Amino acid sequence: MTTPTTTGVPETLPAASPPVSQPPHPLVEFWYHFRQNKGAMAGLAVILLIAVVALFAELVAPHDPNIQYRDAILVPPVWQEGGRWAFLLGTDDIGRDMLSRLIFGARLSMMIGLIVVTLSLAVGLALGMIAGFFGGVTDALVMRLMDILLSLPSLLLAVVVAAILGPGLVNAMLAVSIVVIPHYARLTRAAVMAETNKDYVVASRVAGAGPLRLMLVVILPNCVAPLIVQATLGFSTAILDAAALGFLGLGAQPPTPEWGTMLASSLQFLQRAPWVVTWPGVAILVTVLAFNLLGDGLRDALDPKLKR
Amino acid sequence: MLRFILTRVSLVIPTFLGVTFLTFLLIRLVPGDPIEVRVGERGIPPERLLELRHELGLDRPLWHQFLDYIGGVLQGDLGVSLVTRNSVFSEFVTLFPATLELAALAMLFATVVGLPAGIIAAVRRGSIFDHGVMGISLTGYSMPIFWWGLLLILFFSVGLGWTPVSGRLDLLYYVEPVTGFMLIDTLMAGEYGAFWSALHHLILPMIVLGTVPLAVVARMTRSAMLEVLGEDYIRTAKAKGLAGKRVIGMHALRNALIPVVTVIGLQVGTLLGGAILTETIFSWPGVGKWLIESINRRDYPALQGGVLLIATTVMTVNLLVDVLYGVLNPRIRHSR
Amino acid sequence: MPAMPLLDIKNLSVEFTTRAGTFRAVDGIDLTVDEGEVVGIVGESGSGKSVTSLAVMGLLGSNGTVVADRMHFGGKDLLAMSPSQRRKITGKDVAMVFQEPMTSLNPCFTVGFQIMETLKVHEGLSGKALRNRAIELLEQVGIPAPESRLSAFPHQLSGGMNQRVMIAIAIACNPRLLVADEPTTALDVTIQKQILDLLVRLQKERGMALILITHDMGVVAETAQRVVVMYAGQVAETRPVDALFKAPRHPYTGALLDALPERALGKRRLPTIPGVVPGIGDRPQGCLFNPRCRFANDRCRIERPALFDVDAGKARCFYPLADAPVGAGEVL
Repeated sequence: MTTPTTTGVPETLPAASPPVSQPPHPLVEFWYHFRQNKGAMAGLAVILLIAVVALFAELVAPHDPNIQYRDAILVPPVWQEGGRWAFLLGTDDIGRDMLSRLIFGARLSMMIGLIVVTLSLAVGLALGMIAGFFGGVTDALVMRLMDILLSLPSLLLAVVVAAILGPGLVNAMLAVSIVVIPHYARLTRAAVMAETNKDYVVASRVAGAGPLRLMLVVILPNCVAPLIVQATLGFSTAILDAAALGFLGLGAQPPTPEWGTMLASSLQFLQRAPWVVTWPGVAILVTVLAFNLLGDGLRDALDPKLKR
Repeated sequence: MLRFILTRVSLVIPTFLGVTFLTFLLIRLVPGDPIEVRVGERGIPPERLLELRHELGLDRPLWHQFLDYIGGVLQGDLGVSLVTRNSVFSEFVTLFPATLELAALAMLFATVVGLPAGIIAAVRRGSIFDHGVMGISLTGYSMPIFWWGLLLILFFSVGLGWTPVSGRLDLLYYVEPVTGFMLIDTLMAGEYGAFWSALHHLILPMIVLGTVPLAVVARMTRSAMLEVLGEDYIRTAKAKGLAGKRVIGMHALRNALIPVVTVIGLQVGTLLGGAILTETIFSWPGVGKWLIESINRRDYPALQGGVLLIATTVMTVNLLVDVLYGVLNPRIRHSR
Repeated sequence: MPAMPLLDIKNLSVEFTTRAGTFRAVDGIDLTVDEGEVVGIVGESGSGKSVTSLAVMGLLGSNGTVVADRMHFGGKDLLAMSPSQRRKITGKDVAMVFQEPMTSLNPCFTVGFQIMETLKVHEGLSGKALRNRAIELLEQVGIPAPESRLSAFPHQLSGGMNQRVMIAIAIACNPRLLVADEPTTALDVTIQKQILDLLVRLQKERGMALILITHDMGVVAETAQRVVVMYAGQVAETRPVDALFKAPRHPYTGALLDALPERALGKRRLPTIPGVVPGIGDRPQGCLFNPRCRFANDRCRIERPALFDVDAGKARCFYPLADAPVGAGEVL
């Protein structure tokens, strides 16, 4: 008797019990939900495209973004009368190729997004963790500070910070980073406070885990989902606000091909050459929309409450 | 109810003090000595500098200076503009109605369009209308409004000639400012032509400034309605034999309004921030444009005062929203 | 010729369309309720008893499809009515009390408003008459100091009080049929009895018909005249209460009765029914109850039984239990 047989249980059990299915890996399940969201997939595709273009700007761009073609001032896009194949989207008031400037502008915008999100996420995460974990006076101090930052309209605050630091791309990025810190701090604090009293955290504490280990290894992984969503949406805020600062003359300075700055410096050609105003705006809108679509999709896919 | 309001007010006071401290620091964070900033590039003899420092109390300890500043702020003394030599407070008060008028109309526009759109989208969940509203509102939410304003000017003002490009009123008219709100002043003066002109001037800026709040209100209304429509008491309302309109417009909306009102209140900050861009594009003579000009002219006392006053406005509105939230939500009103 | 029943339902099915496919929550049930009769509908969670009541009220959402050969109330065809005609009956002639009193009342409106709303819509009352009627109703459902309670919000009252308010709303327009869907499940044990007594008292005073939906056999025994036992969307057994309790015919009914604590006196463990009601995708072949049935044989596993006539009623079983059901022998 080497093969064990089923014991003689009378067949009162369901004849065909369904096979026990393994729950899918969380990432697989996430991807399954995410893929069904067409908007989010479109956003992801656009972002990937922009990222690739930004990364290989030198190879993709037909011209140097700063070369001024003196014989090609305010050339309209190729499909309009007077357009030239050499300048697909036309040229600006000093004969620079719009398409090339937009492509290099994409690099700037992606960089702005990346730096702002990294910076604000890091600081916000640290502040939120400290506030949520230690509580008491520390918590009150940190959160009051965040309240103060939040009581100012975000663009106004960015404008003020940029005004204090002086105009420039780096300062604009700093300004925008400071403005969005409270969002990450609040989110982290809420997540940490929700997790701190759960049994598994208490268990690790009892097992002798130090506060740093508790914060980074035990608690942090459990509040990653909302932070990912917030960070994605943070990209769009960063790009939008940095462009607004550029438009107000407080961000990147000409001749930097930053989209907002490009808009500001071509304002007087609004009527004569609408394309110099149109394209940078389209670029901003499409990029920001893509990040917002992606963020919405991520939230729906990561938020178990909304899963059907 | 009174206790509820008092609690809320007492919570705002530390934030207000913090903001005051921040704006107080602002002028000190600007690179360079405040006096040198004030006298500009003309230069100043060192002994006069010391004198001025003493006069302005800049040689006293920081906390002392802060107390002086707070004392001034509480009396409405926010210093003097370096450029116009006018009191910052009175300049702000003169310009603020223009911003307020624009912001109020923008919010009205956002609510009047966004609320019904969100309600219908929720009731017809999954329909083409729903997808349309969601798509448009996400686009509006992603809109760089400074560009949006330019596009609208290009199309409606330059292209079709329907609306004026900038300003609040045609040069043909002059109306004595009484309230500072152009729509009210023109009506009070009986100048109906001027009233129409003012309305015309308001349309595009209103749409531009209202775009983001509109998107937010529509999305929030939709999700709040979706949540409420699944509640047990909606089933009860239907079981009473009430008509669909009453179930949705009364039983569901009354509950969905609670989060929506909060969101509308929070949009006031967005509006005042967006006013900076909108006023710049449309040459709208409000505090947003004034702030940017102050920055460009390095008029730091004006910037400092303006920031504090705008922050105070936002905090006041948020406080009002908090109270309104209590009025709308019986559970909050009675439990504290 | 017997009088026409108040509620007459023949072959009612309710299907829900979900992403996973179509799910039949109610599967061809017949239900009649006479004027002034108390009918208990019993079953586990997921047996389709609540969905049945929602179908009667016309409260199923757009993803629920109701099909029936006949669905008449007071001689009128409910399925042929326009939504606005249907609303004139709903809340007036047929009213419902739900399971969760704390969430079934709108938190933003006062108790008085919610009672008067029904009276205003269906009876056209207004002013002083409206207010007096609302106070009278609160009195009838046993709420002390009714005048002052009119301005109370639901969150200021206890669960039992809220359920009384729900009942007041339901009986406001003197309904001919009251549907109570697990009206006591969410309440404390001490309150349960009070609410149940209140329902029975109101039913007797007003002579209205009552459908009492519950999973509690004990409640049914105390109140109902006739019992419908539901299982997996179908009627398993339907008989007068005395006959059913004395000698259940369907093994499922038998098992439910065995699970009553008062019938399990002297046993070391309370008998339970192993397994759960089949759900969306795991409906067995043959009799729906066969995987959980002690008596099931090959026929039960292949062939699906119809509702057969048994003494004084019907049971959906090839082998109805005999008079002295196994397991109940130790009682009495």
